[in-house]
Amino acid sequence: MASQPPRRRRLEVEEIGDIAVVNFVDKKILDEQNIQMIGDDLNKLVDELGRRKVLLNFQNVDFMSSAALGKLIWLHKKLNDVQGKLVLCKIAKDILDVFKITKLDKVLKIVPDEQTGLQSF
Amino acid sequence: MCANHVNVEVTVPSDLGEARVLQSRIEDALVANTYTEHDIFAIKLAVEEALVNAMKHGNQLDPDKNVNVSYQITCERFDIRIADEGPGFNPGEVPDPTDPANIERPCGRGLLLIRGFMSDVQYHGRGNVVTMSKIRGEKPADDS
Repeated sequence: MASQPPRRRRLEVEEIGDIAVVNFVDKKILDEQNIQMIGDDLNKLVDELGRRKVLLNFQNVDFMSSAALGKLIWLHKKLNDVQGKLVLCKIAKDILDVFKITKLDKVLKIVPDEQTGLQSF
Repeated sequence: MCANHVNVEVTVPSDLGEARVLQSRIEDALVANTYTEHDIFAIKLAVEEALVNAMKHGNQLDPDKNVNVSYQITCERFDIRIADEGPGFNPGEVPDPTDPANIERPCGRGLLLIRGFMSDVQYHGRGNVVTMSKIRGEKPADDS
């Protein structure tokens, strides 16, 4: 049986103290398969690696549809359930409109830059 | 300079890969007509949401069902009509995803984003046809 090719990495994770700083590799967070894999990787971060403070840095992301919002809400709830916290930073103006229109900017903690994000926990 | 007016009608199968190809064509045409990055983002997002709705929720990704798309791009505006072969739906019955009772639900934000980013959105017939317009340079509804 042929072995499957290694799965392409979707996230870059850097540990700063007890905070996991996560950068997205892809510029577009669109198709469901991609979003599912991002969700799986974020799940591992919390469940397997025990991270409780997660800072998602969107500096590489220039396009995102509603399909990705579900994963962010799910991660926010998951971290809340274990007394953790999710913070989002460096979101481009147009993508910020996605959060404003859906009013998720009132639910999720969004800060302008990574430094502010690190100080938000 | 804006001088490459576009008028296209195309029928594509219910394949999200086809949706990406179509979006790429629309984006190229918007760039050729010197639309701003902000307008292009808004149109791309609305077209993405509407095509996913048509293919996935309308046609249930049935490869035997198609999506008919016609769009026009002028210097002043973008207009698109997307029709699927599904049973349709009543947009008035879709729960408001900004309601505190629904805000943490993972789905249901596509229609809200389409309305937020486009100038005009209308559903027709049994709800399987949507027409959307974007007036060039218009700000999103909640842009504060």
